[in-house]
Amino acid sequence: MRRIIFAACCTVAGLVLLFSWPTSWNRPVDGGTADGPPGPARGAAVPGAADGPTPGQADLGAVPAGGTYTGVAVPNGHGDVQVQITVADGAVVAAEAVQYPTSDPRARQVNTRAIPILDEEAVGATSGDIDMVSGATLTSDAYRESLQDALDQAGL
Amino acid sequence: MSGAPERRAWVEQVMGMPISVHVRGPGARGPEAERATAGLFASLRASDALFSTYRPGSQVSRLRRGDLDLAECDPAVREVHRLCVQALDATDGYFDAWASGDGFDPTGLVKTWALERAAASFAALPGLGAAVGAGGDILVLPDGEAWRIGIEDPRDRSRTVATVPVREGGIATSGIAARGAHIIDPRTGRHVTEVLSATVSGPSLLWADVWATAAVARGADAVDWVGGLPGTSGLLVLADGGVHRWANPA
Repeated sequence: MRRIIFAACCTVAGLVLLFSWPTSWNRPVDGGTADGPPGPARGAAVPGAADGPTPGQADLGAVPAGGTYTGVAVPNGHGDVQVQITVADGAVVAAEAVQYPTSDPRARQVNTRAIPILDEEAVGATSGDIDMVSGATLTSDAYRESLQDALDQAGL
Repeated sequence: MSGAPERRAWVEQVMGMPISVHVRGPGARGPEAERATAGLFASLRASDALFSTYRPGSQVSRLRRGDLDLAECDPAVREVHRLCVQALDATDGYFDAWASGDGFDPTGLVKTWALERAAASFAALPGLGAAVGAGGDILVLPDGEAWRIGIEDPRDRSRTVATVPVREGGIATSGIAARGAHIIDPRTGRHVTEVLSATVSGPSLLWADVWATAAVARGADAVDWVGGLPGTSGLLVLADGGVHRWANPA
């Protein structure tokens, strides 16, 4: 049942994304957070993104800088989703959605279940010795896309 | 710093998804890698302009409306059309660009086709390796070393079922878990449920993706069928709890 709800949400999100996204949304953390309401723990230093030759490029040094990185806010069918990760010693040690839709009852149902699972996934995906992950189209496109942005900012 | 290779990554939103390019090796931070990456993204945007079914003015949209004949289309569109016919035939109809009922929709094949085409911008940069990720499918441009690719477990996305070293070519995963039962058997119209996800690695990302999609659509018969895909390896995660792995000689 849960997966059926996911699927419905995912389809809506996918359509919204196709219509509404700019061609490029990668940017340093300051830009990434500018269009969302203030969150509890944003604004930490992001050396990798800040030092890049041009905005939007994450330098993948041998030792990614620790700190917190906030992905761009991604619209889905019910509101914006925005993910923040905490990096230490080159690995993601925590991931949380700092912004997610709460207005729609169905969206809330999806999110209360989906976000803990996906947070765990974010940690698992990079805590092992893995370069990238191959998977089917994701449970929450908006979540994954904001996460990807945060990972790229972190240089992971 | 340690002896890890020089690396750099870019991500842009193209074709409705974030596409990330990871480059490694001497010069990964240099201007040539930057130019090659810019060329890759430009090529993807050009493909999107030609093929997007969400752009009313694209050649594929005009073709679908009947405003344009195939013979009048860009050679790239004709090539993709030809590949879609080939994929339909090679999968016994399980990869079907005409299955949606509203005409020719090559979207499922365009992503990987466009990635392979766009990667040509890296051909002149010997010694640099790159991995390009797009919606769970990954194209690897060789530098002699393997990229370690984790395969997501469709039953529990906090886990991976395997880690596969990929030196060259591509690896693609299709599944029903992430999209719900959204893959249908084009021959019967029924939703397929037996194969939760299929991952295929091979010399061509395009064909890896075609095989993975067809394996999910095929259902339980996929276990035998993948044994006949030369030069591929991969795994099927089955709804009954089984995991089927294979590695076929070329």
